[in-house]
Amino acid sequence: MSYEFKNFHWARDIRIDNYLMPRTLDEALDFLEKHQGKAQVIAGGTDVISQLRHRDLEVDALVDITRLPDMDGIRQDGEMITLGACVTHAQTALSPLVREKAAILAKGAGSLGSPQIRNIATVAGNLVSGHPAADTSIPLLALNASVLIASREGQRVVPLTEFFLDKGRTAIDCRREILIQIKFPAMQGNQGSCHLRLSKRQSLTIAILVMAAVVKVDPQKKIIQEAAIAMGPVAPTPFRALQTEALLAGAAVCKETIERAAESAYAEANPIDSAIWGSAQYKREMVKVFVRRGLENALIEAEALVD
Amino acid sequence: MQKVGLSCKVNGKKVDLEIQPDTMLVDLLRDTLRLTGTKEGCREGECGACTVLLDGLAVNSCLIPALKAQGKSVVTIEGLAKAEGQLDNLQQHFVAEGAVQCGFCTPGMILNAKSLLDRIPDPDDKEIRYAISGVLCRCTGYQKIVHAIKAASHDKQQIPQG
Repeated sequence: MSYEFKNFHWARDIRIDNYLMPRTLDEALDFLEKHQGKAQVIAGGTDVISQLRHRDLEVDALVDITRLPDMDGIRQDGEMITLGACVTHAQTALSPLVREKAAILAKGAGSLGSPQIRNIATVAGNLVSGHPAADTSIPLLALNASVLIASREGQRVVPLTEFFLDKGRTAIDCRREILIQIKFPAMQGNQGSCHLRLSKRQSLTIAILVMAAVVKVDPQKKIIQEAAIAMGPVAPTPFRALQTEALLAGAAVCKETIERAAESAYAEANPIDSAIWGSAQYKREMVKVFVRRGLENALIEAEALVD
Repeated sequence: MQKVGLSCKVNGKKVDLEIQPDTMLVDLLRDTLRLTGTKEGCREGECGACTVLLDGLAVNSCLIPALKAQGKSVVTIEGLAKAEGQLDNLQQHFVAEGAVQCGFCTPGMILNAKSLLDRIPDPDDKEIRYAISGVLCRCTGYQKIVHAIKAASHDKQQIPQG
């Protein structure tokens, strides 16, 4: 290993020729088009700057989208909640609307990085970076969120279930397209949810395991109508435990159902060994614990299970 | 590389500069404006020593392109003391509680604490610890820092400061 000064990443700072701050979406898309793959979108920048420093990303120009109109704001529109692309983790974690109608997202947003990172890093950016255990990707995946993506060709909606392609790779091309909005249904009265996070410290650390569960029960609160379980990092992308969800749909609310789901998730999860973040076997055991505890808590919240 | 114009407020004073577009905020503050109270530790957002307030919010200046401050207000640790050099309430309590040892994390600790007290005037211990969880201290330990912030919050409530 070489210890030459120039090899330390902090000695090789970012080098870009142009930092653009467009005022309209059209202007932003124009800049991207004009630079033909040599410009990239930046919002909060906490991931983009790190990637540039580590030379994981090389571009000539950055297009800062934080001054575009209508990109901030958390709104409820009928049954749907929308987050503008520039909404930060801090805004999300503190939003009374998100805390009431999507508590798992507020918890996820509040556990990312540090206060300083949460103050500037955007939730949309957390999705775009495509980390398998991204703190807001996991709850948003469980909430059946979708994203609105704008490009020169127009706008398209991509559900998160089709958004994450591989580790660090998502369905958006940030040198051509801009994620402009995140949308998901608000939680209803017959739903319950739970967010659990396992990490070495409570701050400034990537999770060893994150799990978010949402359950929907029938009016008598005896049957689970629907369940969504998202986890990470147990696969190259944020992961939905679809087999376990299928097993839960229509199942009776009882301890046996929960136990079967925990076993199913254990079988379904496929984490890798890591010297820093725990062995695969440990993470699989913790998947079982988290799914059991997560479903219990979610069913208690839906008033289907008595504590 | 073409230089670009940056206008912002730093510690209440208007600043107009021509800078390289890839200048980071921490370098602008330390190297160009000579505000070396802002420290640089890890340069990757892990240590919090470079914390400044951007429009009142604590952020890591090592991760922020200086142009993000365009039209905004930046406050560094130098911006807290009064013009005649009298220390800010938080600074006084850090001194009184012995919450400063080597001093490298202190600007980050104080600016995160300020950002907290501006939002929650009377925080409990848990809120204080959450607020400073993005700054690493390797010498005093965190107890005295928490005490200092607590004492400053009580003080602030009794003597409202401009």
